Amino acid sequence: MFNKLLSFTGGIYPPENKHLTENKAIELCDVPEIVTIPLKQHIGAPCDALVKKGDKVRLGQKIGQPRGFVSAPVHSSVSGEVKSIEIVDLPNGSKAPAVIIVNDGQDTPDESIKPDNAERLSADALKSIVTEAGIVGMGGAAFPTHVKLSPPDDRKIDILLLNGAECEPFLTSDYRLMIEHPDDILYGLKVIRKILGGVSRIYIGIEDNKPQAIKQMTAAAKNENDIQVVTLRTKYPQGAEKQLIYAITGRQVPSGGLPMDVGAVVQNVGTAAAIAFAVRDGLPLYRKLVTVSGGAVREQKNLMVRIGTSFREVIDFCGGWTEEPAKVINGGPMMGVAQYTLDVPVTKETSGILLFTKEEAAVREVSNCIRCGRCISVCPIHLMPLTISARSLAGNYEEADKLHAMDCVECGSCSYICPASRPLLHSIQMAKKEIMEERKRRAQAK
Amino acid sequence: MWKELVLPVLSLGGISFLFGAGLSLASKKFAVETDPRIDDIREALPGANCGACGYPGCDGLASAIAAGEAPVNACPVGGSPVAAKVASIMGLETDVKERLTARVLCQGDCDQAADKYMYEGITDCVAAAMLSEGQKGCSYGCLGLGTCERVCPFDAIHVNEKGIAEVDKEKCTACGLCVAACPKNVIELIPVSSEVQVACNSRDTGKVVRSVCKVGCIACRICVKACPFDAMEFENNLAKINYEKCTNCMVCAQKCPTKAIYAQFLERKAAL
Repeated sequence: MFNKLLSFTGGIYPPENKHLTENKAIELCDVPEIVTIPLKQHIGAPCDALVKKGDKVRLGQKIGQPRGFVSAPVHSSVSGEVKSIEIVDLPNGSKAPAVIIVNDGQDTPDESIKPDNAERLSADALKSIVTEAGIVGMGGAAFPTHVKLSPPDDRKIDILLLNGAECEPFLTSDYRLMIEHPDDILYGLKVIRKILGGVSRIYIGIEDNKPQAIKQMTAAAKNENDIQVVTLRTKYPQGAEKQLIYAITGRQVPSGGLPMDVGAVVQNVGTAAAIAFAVRDGLPLYRKLVTVSGGAVREQKNLMVRIGTSFREVIDFCGGWTEEPAKVINGGPMMGVAQYTLDVPVTKETSGILLFTKEEAAVREVSNCIRCGRCISVCPIHLMPLTISARSLAGNYEEADKLHAMDCVECGSCSYICPASRPLLHSIQMAKKEIMEERKRRAQAK
Repeated sequence: MWKELVLPVLSLGGISFLFGAGLSLASKKFAVETDPRIDDIREALPGANCGACGYPGCDGLASAIAAGEAPVNACPVGGSPVAAKVASIMGLETDVKERLTARVLCQGDCDQAADKYMYEGITDCVAAAMLSEGQKGCSYGCLGLGTCERVCPFDAIHVNEKGIAEVDKEKCTACGLCVAACPKNVIELIPVSSEVQVACNSRDTGKVVRSVCKVGCIACRICVKACPFDAMEFENNLAKINYEKCTNCMVCAQKCPTKAIYAQFLERKAAL
């Protein structure tokens, strides 16, 4: 049916650098003696701690109760004793309270961990398992999954997309997952299908630089008539939700809208696997698949890491570094956040830890905009980054808002392509922040 | 002669006379009543069009005052002399308040407070504050990237060579634009006559402050005990001066172990 590669307009072709880790099988990272489990690892309201200093906790025990609907509970990733609850730095650049647990090395599982069967359970029961397991989008944004699976009644969802694009350079964790655990992904996908109900078409989108994954997923899904594996052009940001929907279905999410406005739900392959572990094995989300890569790390690896392990311990597990890294990044090189300390915990948002050498992390000198318009041609949202950036840098956030700055998905393609190395994305992010604050002020004034 | 000169002069003269008469009639008939006070108030205002009052320039504020929508002392830049003038135009009384000035509540310059990372982005405090609350080790301190400098219409605030914003008291009109622009809320308006300020904004505990800055308020409360006038208040691990009670005796500044309280000792009165 699909002869040509599916894609969106715009986008960039950064060096993929996936060869460093794509043939490395997933390894289990050492479980640390002390884990730091933040009570906010997702988009939305933070959690309230359910434990206090001195409490004994078990592996998989719920230790954080969400404060709102758009939130997700957090669970202990080891068994042991709560040492303290304190404010810690998070790898996304914010601060949040965290439960610090001393591991007793026993991994005593919590009573709540009970294997079950998805075919036996109703859609509502499945949804509550997903909610209770604290599952969030594993693509990096960590949006609570149960919220995406609860569309309002007036939105009819007919298309389900499974995102296996993994367009960020360096990262290979989704790729390894698709090769090593295709059946888990498919199990999770079926659970999602059952929860949503009424889905007529399901696509698994994978970029064409991952032929092995396409083969594995196609083989896993061969008995399902409504599930189709589609090949996408290898281009960044192919894995961005709205770009994926457009590439596969041709539907365009309206400005300020959500995928559900066009009848689509997108889930990451990692999320589907996490759902399978939660439903079939009863395991909450207490570990994360992380790619450790970059030129400065001694041995690049794909690791299954307990949430709350510090970056330092993960890097030590990979043999440390060959030279002092000039930059350590949480996530991929395009959208990741640089770290100033290695004493930050791996959270549900961490999809990669990259250690860059001086050459890899070199910053180009900024010069004046030459109005070449390349940022416009690569912007997947069809914005005019140069114009929004100019307004933002002049402090004219109202004009930036009129130019749809709020629709920016912060993929960074504009900053990547800019021959003058203008800080386009950074200035747009600044405008977004100011616009949000202005809107809050207006809402309060009313 | 007739054709070339007299005819055009007469006809053009006639037309212009007709139009002139029409216009003068129209100006009488359709005249818009304006408040003569607007122009007077406009004259009294400073005319900087800084927008600190929240209205579009001085014209906007003048109309708002004349319409009774804004108070007579709405111009923060003009202060009490302008408020008094505007009040007399409006026929109202106004309280005479002391002039204020902006003051940066941070002394943590590059010698005193270390950065936690190297910042390579846009030279703007708002941009820098997006990542881990800025590059400065102290999450409450002045980032020194000059957002306040760029919004100041009076050239009254500058980042010094050690990376801390400083206010020129003489030029500052207390318009408050820097206060609103600062992402760290480290600028405050205080009475211009006060010679003592708690030059720290950190709500962290003493232990944390000591680890990141040599001149921060460590919440020891020595100043609160030392103040003979009960003018030192204490909230969220930070000392705060109540300027209505403060007499500029500077005892607090003398006692402060980290010199987080800044005082103009030269101005000290001999009374104590």
